[in-house]
Amino acid sequence: MSLRTTPFVEHHRAQGAKLVPFAGFLMPLQYEGIVAEHKAVRNAVGLFDVSHMGEFEITGPGAVAFADKLLTNQVAGAEPGQAVYSPLCLPDGGIVDDLLAYRYADKITLVVNAANIAADWAHVSALAPADVRLENCSEQVAQLALQGPRAVEVMSGLVPSSVLELSYYRFQEVPLWGTTAVISRTGYTGEDGFELYFPCEYADEFWDGLMRAGAKAGIKPCGLGARDSLRLEMGFCLYGNDIDRTTNPLEAGLGWTVKLDKPDFVGKSALERVKAEGLKRKLAGFLVEGPRVPRHGMDVVDGGTTVGTVTSGGFSPCMERGIGMGYVPPALAKNGARFGVKSGNADLVATTTARPFYEGAFHSKPKKAQASG
Amino acid sequence: MANVPGELRYTKEHEWAKLEGDVVTVGVTDWAQEQLSDVVYVELPQVGKTVRQSDAFGVIEAVKTVSDLYAPVSGEVIEVNTALADNPAWVNQSPYEKGWMIKLRAKNAATELNQLLDASAYGALLAEAHS
Repeated sequence: MSLRTTPFVEHHRAQGAKLVPFAGFLMPLQYEGIVAEHKAVRNAVGLFDVSHMGEFEITGPGAVAFADKLLTNQVAGAEPGQAVYSPLCLPDGGIVDDLLAYRYADKITLVVNAANIAADWAHVSALAPADVRLENCSEQVAQLALQGPRAVEVMSGLVPSSVLELSYYRFQEVPLWGTTAVISRTGYTGEDGFELYFPCEYADEFWDGLMRAGAKAGIKPCGLGARDSLRLEMGFCLYGNDIDRTTNPLEAGLGWTVKLDKPDFVGKSALERVKAEGLKRKLAGFLVEGPRVPRHGMDVVDGGTTVGTVTSGGFSPCMERGIGMGYVPPALAKNGARFGVKSGNADLVATTTARPFYEGAFHSKPKKAQASG
Repeated sequence: MANVPGELRYTKEHEWAKLEGDVVTVGVTDWAQEQLSDVVYVELPQVGKTVRQSDAFGVIEAVKTVSDLYAPVSGEVIEVNTALADNPAWVNQSPYEKGWMIKLRAKNAATELNQLLDASAYGALLAEAHS
């Protein structure tokens, strides 16, 4: 299969990016280095190309009802101009994808993970009723994420002040660089920031415009490596690692996105049963003692027996230690529980801890961590 | 392109070896550090430990990944670069100098070093990895 590129690929090359295959796309893993890019986002501002993500538009009189049938979270309660994070589930409660649903006055746009575009499209199309129209706009839409405490400063002067005043998970459509952009106060880093959607043919204007506007703030282009380490410090789930078709939102700690009081949605009865029967395993966040680092796929061991698997693991650049997440028996998912993680011949000592791991991020404190995929 | 000094010998697993007398200094190559990126910890053996050629002698943890370190030759560990404990980034910044890892008193240095790649063969291996 040949790799696709985003409209920013020449900008990545010009910036010296290390390009790697990811979800069928040639994507920047890093430019200067993961740690430098990670810290730029925590301390200043970073720019991510996330154009590999897919966009599906749902229009027609039944759009909201259909979205609420597809998603475990509730779209009907959202106002136009509001985005909602939600799992998309199978009838058995397994997760097809996790996505953002943008509610407009006259449509809903689902922003989905690149690796799942084909599978999501098949799933959504098969369920679509006669009173909605679906369009897969993934190839026409470019997306950049501007993330970090100085993101507002970068955007000021470029957009109306109403955009700078958007609350978390709100968005607006505004004219910018000759086209119309959708700008939302969202992200996958835990920092303040924006995600911008616009037609692919304006890619150069947006990349150059944002890099220029961000120069004084010390903007750095950031790759998938930093995107992963930033989301992991927040304890956000990554589809394909922490959640997939074999996991359900309740055991993944995404119960806050499952509205069992909605009339009906795909997976509802299965998830009601899971809830009634009690969870057999839970996604736990953990810290590792010492300098070693847990990794995706390592075994979780307790009393000499394998009892779970690490789904995400890595080195936290801000905490300077190994952190991870994995499915473990409920008793080990309680804060302070201890277990082992097998790294080759070594047994790392892990302690379950509350997420977000990193407490210094803009969104570390508020009530519920909201993650986009 | 990655720096491949002409005077060193190389393993296919991207360690380098430098012979001085009967002492072989070992580290990872410039290409390896580029691939690993952001080294955060290097686990090294105790002085006095004996290793055999191709055995894993340590572990290198980077932000993204973990990798074993393989001994290019057999011998006794006579010195380890303890400064890497506080400065793991030296492996990235100076892979052939400040980022050295262990020194081995080699048993059969001449024979075993001949089994390793010279700079041109290692360069060819990297060119292949890139194509």
